[in-house]
Amino acid sequence: MNMPFYVAPEQVMKDRADYAQKGIARGRSLVAIEFDSGIVLVAENPSRNLRKVSEIYDRIAFAGVGKYNEYDQLRIAGIRHADMKGYTYSRDDVDSQALANQYAQMLGQIFTHEMKPLEVEILVASVGFVADGNRLFHIRYDGSVTDEDGFAALGGEADAIRERLGEGYADEMDLGAALKLASSALAGPERTIDDDQLEVAVLDCLDEGRCFRRLENGEITALLA
Amino acid sequence: MPQNGGVVRGVVVEAARLCLTAVTLPLFSTSDDPGPNFPELLKRTGVDPSYRINEALTSEQHLDITHGTTVVAARSSEGVVIAGDRRATSGNLISYRTMKKVFAADRWSGVAIAGAAGPAIEMVKMFQLQLEHYEKVEGHSLSLEGKANQLSMMVRQHLPAAMQGMVVVPIFAGYDRRRDKGRLFAYDVTGGRYEEEDYVASGSGSLHARTVIKLGRGGNLSQDDTIDLMIRALFTAADDDSATGGPDSMRGIYPIVATIGEDGFQALEEADIAERFASIIDEYTLDEEAIR
Repeated sequence: MNMPFYVAPEQVMKDRADYAQKGIARGRSLVAIEFDSGIVLVAENPSRNLRKVSEIYDRIAFAGVGKYNEYDQLRIAGIRHADMKGYTYSRDDVDSQALANQYAQMLGQIFTHEMKPLEVEILVASVGFVADGNRLFHIRYDGSVTDEDGFAALGGEADAIRERLGEGYADEMDLGAALKLASSALAGPERTIDDDQLEVAVLDCLDEGRCFRRLENGEITALLA
Repeated sequence: MPQNGGVVRGVVVEAARLCLTAVTLPLFSTSDDPGPNFPELLKRTGVDPSYRINEALTSEQHLDITHGTTVVAARSSEGVVIAGDRRATSGNLISYRTMKKVFAADRWSGVAIAGAAGPAIEMVKMFQLQLEHYEKVEGHSLSLEGKANQLSMMVRQHLPAAMQGMVVVPIFAGYDRRRDKGRLFAYDVTGGRYEEEDYVASGSGSLHARTVIKLGRGGNLSQDDTIDLMIRALFTAADDDSATGGPDSMRGIYPIVATIGEDGFQALEEADIAERFASIIDEYTLDEEAIR
């Protein structure tokens, strides 16, 4: 039997990370920004049907970048987790932190144990019943989690976008201002993004019930005007 | 990559997946995936919500199960109106005075239940969750017909428990946005689904309620008149059926009435319902002066 070549664990991890990053960088980026009454999630997405942003539960939204089939599977797993938890306990007991931890566990497991890591980066966003109860959990392909404050950027150009968001971000922006900031941060200084290339959804309410809402084209145009 | 290394790795991943499934982020292989079906998802993760019936328990042994009673729905020019009383009984006892039997199934439809209260409420909860789960997983909601069929399957699955005395018979009403009209569905205990044009009713007082709606030409009225007719039907049902609760002005408990139209499910304000009952009571109160 041939002895396998020795490959240093550092090298294995680095190769996998490079592979995942390359896959993620191929797609367009996505941002989430807190505004005065909730969180807005904005993705550059030419498709009206293959969504990047979607609803998980009453006050929780999911967003993913990278390979569609992979983050869509994570999205469905998240919905199942949340609905089962709500069924078993109560709707109030479904929280974004537990879900983010589950995602991190799973992505970490796959990153260390499988040949191919998932080429995705995901965001779990949730709005609280009090103004400072908002949460943005950014989970990377290797299972590392960051708890972001105010705004988050995902995707290949995330670092540059995060910098632009940092420059323009202010507390208590209204939805229009947040959306304008998202659009210009995604586009960068050299280009502009057409309104119909933006997928926008908000988690917006302080009452009971389902807070997730998609913004239609007309509404996006009106807010950006 | 060496072959044996790959195999070992594969095994580790398989074990990790199984363990993750147990920890509550449910993952399935493609052939085993429950899709957008929530009850099926529960079964596959080991939470089977169906009632396990003890064979020794026969229908002759009377269980004093809490029962809900009269619910009605009728079409109006603007959609549908759905209503139900608030009383729950166990045999001859009134066990609960404020039971809710009319629920929003989702934004565009409502469900009302009559029968064994425990299983009925559980059925509604499961139905609401199933509609929401489907909508989130698939990205769009079921058609009204699809929703009606889902409920039919739930009633059918409940048949073994129904045979033991835990009968649940719902009615389902909604606004069909593809056809722009209100639609009504009645069920029987075997899960049979019957679409009705004008009105539906279920529960012990439904015979009385149905007569009132029929004579009041239910199904062909404006929304406001349909609401009044539903209230009249429930009032009569409560008058003639001991298991149906009427308006309880002493405790401020009134039947629940909701409309479902173009702008979705909306429950009527309690004050509005109270006022409508008051005017019926006024109308029925004997005018002694006139008799003399």
